[in-house]
Amino acid sequence: MTTAITLNDYLIVSGLLFALGIAGIIIRRNALVIYMALEINLNAANLALVAFSKFNKLVDGQILAFFIIAIAAAEVAVGLAIIVALYRRKQTVSVDELTTMRL
Amino acid sequence: MNHLIYMYGTDWGMGRFPICSVWILLFSPLVAAALITLVTGKNKALSAALSIGAILLSFTLSLRLFWLFAFKGIQHQPHPFPWLVIGNSVRIEFGMTTDALALLMLLVVTGVGSAIHFYSLGYMKGDPGFSRFFACMSLFTFSMLGIVISSNFIQIFIFWELVGVSSYLLIGFWFEKPSAAEAGKKAFLTTRIGDVGMMLGILLLWSHAHTFEFAELKARLPSLDLSIGTLALIGVLIFTGAMGKSAQVPLHVWLPDAMEGPTPVSALIHAATMVAAGVYMLCRVSWLILPSETALWLIAWIGGITALMAASIAIAQNDIKRILAYSTLSQLGYMVMAVGLGGPTQAMFHLTTHAFFKALLFLGAGSVIIALHHEQDIWKMGGLWKKTPITFWTFVIGTLALAGVPPLSGFYSKDEILLLAFERNQPLFLIAVATAFLTAYYMGREVFVVFCGKPRDQHAYDHAHESPLVMTAPLIFLALFSIITGWYSKVPDFLGPPHEAERHSLLLTGGLIAVPVFGFIVALRLYWKPDPSDAPVKAALGKLWTLVENKYYFDELYHWIIKYVQGTIATTCDVFDRWILQRLGIGGLSVGTGLLGRTVRLLQTGSISGYAFFFGLGATVIIYYVVVR
Repeated sequence: MTTAITLNDYLIVSGLLFALGIAGIIIRRNALVIYMALEINLNAANLALVAFSKFNKLVDGQILAFFIIAIAAAEVAVGLAIIVALYRRKQTVSVDELTTMRL
Repeated sequence: MNHLIYMYGTDWGMGRFPICSVWILLFSPLVAAALITLVTGKNKALSAALSIGAILLSFTLSLRLFWLFAFKGIQHQPHPFPWLVIGNSVRIEFGMTTDALALLMLLVVTGVGSAIHFYSLGYMKGDPGFSRFFACMSLFTFSMLGIVISSNFIQIFIFWELVGVSSYLLIGFWFEKPSAAEAGKKAFLTTRIGDVGMMLGILLLWSHAHTFEFAELKARLPSLDLSIGTLALIGVLIFTGAMGKSAQVPLHVWLPDAMEGPTPVSALIHAATMVAAGVYMLCRVSWLILPSETALWLIAWIGGITALMAASIAIAQNDIKRILAYSTLSQLGYMVMAVGLGGPTQAMFHLTTHAFFKALLFLGAGSVIIALHHEQDIWKMGGLWKKTPITFWTFVIGTLALAGVPPLSGFYSKDEILLLAFERNQPLFLIAVATAFLTAYYMGREVFVVFCGKPRDQHAYDHAHESPLVMTAPLIFLALFSIITGWYSKVPDFLGPPHEAERHSLLLTGGLIAVPVFGFIVALRLYWKPDPSDAPVKAALGKLWTLVENKYYFDELYHWIIKYVQGTIATTCDVFDRWILQRLGIGGLSVGTGLLGRTVRLLQTGSISGYAFFFGLGATVIIYYVVVR
């Protein structure tokens, strides 16, 4: 039997992806991996936007998704540069060891 | 009828007497004071010339105004200009009153003041603060003139305070002497107590009438429908101010101490300015006081008590100036009593004559002090009449005038007051007569001890010399006026409607003449001897002598009150401030903030995962509330 995929299904997948991203951010210690988890969060949001766009017959969501992709690319460039710079300075990318901001 | 000339806008002149000269009259001493302080301080002669020139200018203009008013019936009155305007409700003008009362007072202040300024040239010669002295004298004169011409309560109050400040400067003139500095402070603080009452009275009156102007208040007072209690309260509060400035019991304690100032200052304070201000102010606002029986009663009795008490203290003093100080207190008591008995005219008459003979007595005492190289103890003087004849004779004239011996001025003015008391209040009349007796007695004592008998300090006597002309000329000038001011018996009529001519019996007048004569005879019997002393009186009076010698223990009482009452209040405030406000309030706040900070700091772990977790948690909670609720 074939059932049409509903908006709900998309949103559930998007929500699961987002939760996965958050879990990765909280659990993982490597800054690079946290970064990847962040990307998952962004893509979860993209998925939800595109799904809304499709079901509501509006292109706004898709346009927003493109924006997010473009901004994510820029953000990755900056973020990776920061991580590289951090590694050069501290010889580590483990966030547990990067606690100089603490009082 | 007098024409009242008001000047508006650019219209500055009225014939040959420009109206702006009324302002010059007021401000020239201020300009002199400012110039001396800022420019000519180094040049003593120029400073003195400026100060004397300013008061002479004021005197001349006062004479001219007085002449125009009294003989031509023209009253110059500059139009007031707005001074302080606050919203629509408060409008204070800087006006100028030039009615009969003010003109008479202007003449007294500038006339007696001029003589004292001249005298100061001799008295203050060689003093390092010569220029400063003249600057302060000019400031003092300006403040007093300001009180005299004031046309509303705020204006009079501000000049009133200026008089307080300048008296502080002058009494504490020799501030390197601790007693002088203390005396200045005491005078200032004691009069401040009265001033607070006066301020309250002014505000209370304003809250009912919504104006400060004398003329307007006077016209509107009957239509205000003030209750008897309010009226009495206003009258008494305003009188409190006069009580401080005119040194009435119980605020009289500053006046004898004010003797620490240079003698010309004492003369100025006692004769023409400061203490006269209180009585003048009462006369100025007599329309406010006269309707209230209670206020009048209180004023009359305070005046009477002051008169008798001060006169009794004076009989046991040993300082040539202090005796005169208490005598001033006593005479001021007369004036205040006259106001209280409903006779401001008589009070002003006595104030006028008193200004001349009291200034004369003080300047005479100053001359003696200078002759003996700053000796003030009467028991170290004696036999001076041969050495200082001009001082002696003018002093005697002053004494006779003060005691009220006809035909000198004091007789006429004192007679008026005594007769008023006889008509209106018999007990006060007896007090006044007793005071008159004591006045003659203590003045007789002073004259006999200082000028007669044998010199008790031979060394000082040998070096004694008559004062230079610059000091004796004012003495002669004032002595002349002490004799004749009483003859111009129109002074009371000039001031107001003549009160009905009392047909007092010849017996009464004769009795009033006999009282001072009797006082002199008693003094003569006790002190007219080569080597007088207080011993017989001391023995006769016993405890009473100790009481008056210690001035009825007023100073001790005030010390006690300050120590215990004010001390207790201060300690309570101190504890409240230190423990409740500082420790609990401010200290508590700071400790609380610190603790809060320490607690919140624990959240700052530095762990990014932790932050992310809390961030996610917070976002979830917010979304939950926004979406689900």
